[in-house]
Amino acid sequence: MMPLLTLEAASRTYRTRHGLFGKPSDVRAVDRVSLEVAPGRTLGIVGESGCGKSTTGRLALGLETPDAGSVRFRNTAMPPQGSAEWPALRRHMQLVFQDPLGAMDRRLTIAAQIAEPLHIHNIGSPAERAERVAALLRDVGLRPDQAARHPHELSGGQRQRAVLARALATDPALLVCDEPISALDVSIQAQIVNMLADLQAARGIAILFISHDLKVIRQISHDIAVMYLGRVVERGDPDTIFAAPIHPYTKALVSAVPTPGPRRRERIVLTGEPPNPADRPTGCAFHPRCPAAMALCRAEDPPAVTLPDGREVACHLALTPDRIAA
Amino acid sequence: MLRFFAIRLGRALLTIVLVVTFAFVVLRLSGDPAITIMSPEAPPEALAAFRQAWGLDQPIWIQYLRYFGAIFQGELGQSMRDGRPAIVLVAERIPATLALTIPAFLLKIGLGIPAGVYAALHRNSWTDRAVMAGAVAGFTVPSFVLGLILVLVFAVQLGWLPSGGQDSWRSAILPIITMALGGAGVLARFTRSAMLEVLGQPFIRTASAKGVPWPQVVRGHALPNAAIPTVTIVGFMVGSLIAGAVVVESVFSWPGVGRLLVVAVANRDLAVVQCILLAVASTMVISNLTVDLLYGVLDPRLRARTS
Amino acid sequence: MSQPLVAISGLTVAFNGVPALRGIDLEVGPGEAVGLVGESGSGKSVTWLAALGLLPETARVAGSVRLGGEELLGAPPARLDTIRGGRVAMIFQDPASALNPVHRIGKQIGEALRLHRGLTGAAARAETIRLLEQVGIPDPARRIDIFPHEMSGGQNQRVMIAMALAGQPELLIADEPTTALDATIQAQILDLLSRLRAETGMALVLISHDLGVVADLCDRVGVMYAGRIVEQAAAATLFAHPAHPYTAGLLAALPDMDGPRRRLEAIPGFVPEPWAMPPGCAFAPRCAFATADCAAATPASAEITPAHHVACLHPARSTPAAHPARNLHP
Repeated sequence: MMPLLTLEAASRTYRTRHGLFGKPSDVRAVDRVSLEVAPGRTLGIVGESGCGKSTTGRLALGLETPDAGSVRFRNTAMPPQGSAEWPALRRHMQLVFQDPLGAMDRRLTIAAQIAEPLHIHNIGSPAERAERVAALLRDVGLRPDQAARHPHELSGGQRQRAVLARALATDPALLVCDEPISALDVSIQAQIVNMLADLQAARGIAILFISHDLKVIRQISHDIAVMYLGRVVERGDPDTIFAAPIHPYTKALVSAVPTPGPRRRERIVLTGEPPNPADRPTGCAFHPRCPAAMALCRAEDPPAVTLPDGREVACHLALTPDRIAA
Repeated sequence: MLRFFAIRLGRALLTIVLVVTFAFVVLRLSGDPAITIMSPEAPPEALAAFRQAWGLDQPIWIQYLRYFGAIFQGELGQSMRDGRPAIVLVAERIPATLALTIPAFLLKIGLGIPAGVYAALHRNSWTDRAVMAGAVAGFTVPSFVLGLILVLVFAVQLGWLPSGGQDSWRSAILPIITMALGGAGVLARFTRSAMLEVLGQPFIRTASAKGVPWPQVVRGHALPNAAIPTVTIVGFMVGSLIAGAVVVESVFSWPGVGRLLVVAVANRDLAVVQCILLAVASTMVISNLTVDLLYGVLDPRLRARTS
Repeated sequence: MSQPLVAISGLTVAFNGVPALRGIDLEVGPGEAVGLVGESGSGKSVTWLAALGLLPETARVAGSVRLGGEELLGAPPARLDTIRGGRVAMIFQDPASALNPVHRIGKQIGEALRLHRGLTGAAARAETIRLLEQVGIPDPARRIDIFPHEMSGGQNQRVMIAMALAGQPELLIADEPTTALDATIQAQILDLLSRLRAETGMALVLISHDLGVVADLCDRVGVMYAGRIVEQAAAATLFAHPAHPYTAGLLAALPDMDGPRRRLEAIPGFVPEPWAMPPGCAFAPRCAFATADCAAATPASAEITPAHHVACLHPARSTPAAHPARNLHP
């Protein structure tokens, strides 16, 4: 199937200054990231804070322009912001992020917020809009009487449902969800995860799901990408990767997932912390924390290679398969 | 750090230039000094001679350039009214003004900050409400009204204190109190909200959780953090040490800079007005700079950014 | 259990007349690691803030909290100050804001050393460096003079832990200690806590919304819902044979890390607001097993098997085959 969204070696670099008088330095927030999202599929991006997963989401939405590489939607390059094609593009892709209260206008009712995109994009007559809002509310599991409520009168989970209804109002082809359930309680998270799966099945919508939670990523994704310091270090089928991670960073992440019940694998505790993106280590950015680092890792950034099982890994160890076992 | 100072200093100079220019334009466009000083009935030749003597017959932009040229040579001009150098006239009055504003400033801090801290520590109690009601009254009642009330009570009714003039130290008491009450009210409210903000921070709970007795939590953990926003308002008060006394000096006929300013404006005595504005702008700018430096001392997070 | 270190009984808390805790009974033995899990508003943090007298004055606290036989509720402030940070220390969720931004970290740790061990000057400084080293801060002699904002969140949490250790506590209460941290840093902190427990023999109360975090570290776990402990058991028992429908529901709502993917079994509805508590069992409106009796009265906690307490009229019996968490809602 032709992908809906394609990132090809896309990079995004910011110029920052350390303090008022420091030397300006380049921070590579996203470094040669290649990804694809097909219609009706979910791509999960997982990584820790500062790994570039949110910037990747903004590149996918066209809110950021890559410095190198390309971002294509339906096989066309993203139009620049402010161009004539820009508003049309917005109809087809929507963003949902962590804090639903911050994403809503506190003074408007839920119904008014959901109807807003319909007004902006001039969709339907007033009667059709009202009908559409009612249908959207039903789709996300809100009661008709909740349409007249204001955001602060709803619980966190209900608010996130309302934000989703608004995002779906223009019938987008792509939904970018940046940590959409991180602020919610466990029992409510499951409700939203199930609802997203149902909506995707019913509408054939493509989802880019960004999260730090491996369990949720595995639950919801058809493909996953693990990011570290701006690079995709491992990418492919979630069951394959989480069952037998190859990149040492993925290994550590998977081993550190807290699971109730007896521990199945020994927790790998990495030393140190993710380095400052402005002060990137030479070679493989993960080498200072990597338990398996070799001299080569300090010198050369490993290229991404595709393994026989279909996954892509950027690690020198993956290139020398005999060492993986070691 | 040097660049930081250069930027601040440049901005300060620009502020002063703008203030002086603004005053020049407003004063020169709002009346003819020759007429106000000599009287409208003066013979035309006399008025012309006055204008020529003070350069008022030149186009306004030449007057402006001349004026600035003079300032940069340290020459602030002479009073059109009595011919003495403006700077001398102003300098003569400064001690009288400071005799009011400095005690008033200390009183503002001595009353306002403890009242604010106390109110914050006893939030929503009746004492908090009483202190805050007093504070609001302090800064909502205009100082000329407050001054008149004080005069009515302590000078006219009780006869304890003089109602004006500068005869003895006792004459200074009412004007000082008049000035201090408003500022103390502002400071109390500001300190209270700064304290409440800090007391709600997690590190206060951490301090209690490690067994720091409450008075030490307040002194060692809350106050140093609450001082950061409070310094802004205190700095603003330092900046108005010279300018803050215009109304009160007039009410109590106190011969300070404020009254000089009122008279000079009425006379369109340009050199004197601008000399005072220059002094006011300089104190404001210097106090702002001091506040910025103090931030660095009080808040290590800012120190890191500027060094 | 022998003489408990801390014994909480009948603890209730209300804010402005709205109940937040509705009767907590909990014991922590010397050296024991107890986990408290629950969703936001369940009262897991309030329990320990109340026990240590750290709630604002507007909170109405009643019941009993005994530390080694000494009643803490209503104890004079001076007495509580020697206990807090001394016998019982506490660390919090967001380490960046839990440390005072205007004081150097060495000074903040030194304050605890002065209060609880009378150390000052060079002795305090040496001990501070040792503590920083113990919690894994690299180059502690140099880091002692930096400010919290100059360190990462993970390092700030290590400093918080060092500060807690300064008073040589018998009990450390860790309130969501890793929630604000990244996955690899969370693993480091959990590892550190379990190492310190082994080194010092202190007891640990781990408060978390994450069942997995608690499972990793704790001997015994209490599950809280709407201001009550609804189930309490040894960690292994609780996760293998949850008896309260809420516990079972929480476990079923969590995605797995391996095995086939299944549809999550979400708990319907949402947590009741404290001012609109349903009558009887607070979980009844969301519970698949609720009957008319459930709304009649709050179920008392009962010991269904040794050391396994459940407050439910229809608990699942601990026969693994009959009631695995997965098949709760047919």
